[in-house]
Amino acid sequence: MKATTPTEDLVRGIWKENPVLVQLLGLCPALAVTNTVANSIAMGLATFFVLVGSSLLVSTFKKVIPHEVRISAYILIIATFVTIADLVLAAVVPVIHKELGAFIALIVVNCMILGRQEAFASRRPVGRALLDAVGTGAGFMIAMLMMGTFREVLGNGSILGVPLFGQNFEPWVIFILPPGGFLTLGFILLTFGWWQERKAGTPRVRQWPHGVATPSREEAA
Amino acid sequence: MGELLWILVSAMLVSNFTLSLFLGLCPFMGVSARVETALRMGMANIFVLVITSMCAWVLNTYVLTYAPYLRLISFIVVIASLVQIVEMAIRKISPTLFRELGIFLPLITTNCAILGFAIFQTNRGYNFIEGITFALGAGLGLTLALVLMASIRETSELSSVPAMARNMGLVLIIAGSLSLAFMGFAGLFSA
Repeated sequence: MKATTPTEDLVRGIWKENPVLVQLLGLCPALAVTNTVANSIAMGLATFFVLVGSSLLVSTFKKVIPHEVRISAYILIIATFVTIADLVLAAVVPVIHKELGAFIALIVVNCMILGRQEAFASRRPVGRALLDAVGTGAGFMIAMLMMGTFREVLGNGSILGVPLFGQNFEPWVIFILPPGGFLTLGFILLTFGWWQERKAGTPRVRQWPHGVATPSREEAA
Repeated sequence: MGELLWILVSAMLVSNFTLSLFLGLCPFMGVSARVETALRMGMANIFVLVITSMCAWVLNTYVLTYAPYLRLISFIVVIASLVQIVEMAIRKISPTLFRELGIFLPLITTNCAILGFAIFQTNRGYNFIEGITFALGAGLGLTLALVLMASIRETSELSSVPAMARNMGLVLIIAGSLSLAFMGFAGLFSA
């Protein structure tokens, strides 16, 4: 692994290697609970807390954890923080806790968190691990917020429950239903793809793999 | 019997794990490029889900009534270690089956579909038989979603896709359409 500066560790996860939008990790919560802005914020904060807490602990104890059982040890550490987050959310915001339901518990198996432990926190000093966790967590929150805003505005015509449009607005309900999650992330990725393609100036037509005959227009239709 | 059938069909179609509950998305995106792999992944999923269902039931009935706050930690530890043991056993007993499922078993143990399943089963208070039926339904649903997705992706390999959709964007739009189609099953029981 090549050396990185502390700033790079912090900034990397926020946009360039955004866990959800670029690396497509932690998709389950990103798609499942982003139907309203409030849910997205609660989920983002809970995940941020778990990620920072477990990175800190894993990095602190990296010399003590035997290599062979490291994954189980990481999962135990993560599960402990998730239990804390679960209990705190249930006590502070019971309504949101009920809406998020099983997805709070499922932070344990969010591959983004385990991925950061394995790839970064277990090899770097505590300070760096903390920076990386804060950056990645912030990136996750940004992605959640983007999706939550997009879906609530289109699907319900409101932000944080406050109506944005007048009486005549017909909510595009599909965006707060499950298919909306897939479609929203799909549109975001398509936009990124379009942007990158414009920047790189690659040919607009798909390059056919070697040996595949290009179908004529009639055949393709 | 009717109750069991309801559990099976509802877990498989009406509230499909992948397409309407967003569980198990990593394999759904990751190994859905070929139908054959998708089918094996689905089989491995069914297998692990049934084991998980039994584990979760035993834990809930005999252990966790004393310490409910340990639920999450004990679920994940017990499921992960049991799957590991079963994997070793399969390797010894049937190398063919191991080749079929082998690499996928450890991968899906920490998949959110598995833990999510255990939590749902607990929350709904299913008994042993109902739990296994639920596991079969959920597993079949996951397999169905994976195979459908893989078939569509295999076909779309040969169509001319706009350059901007060459990354995962296309897959997500396809998943959205599939999810939309599965919403149609919601009316299956209300009539």
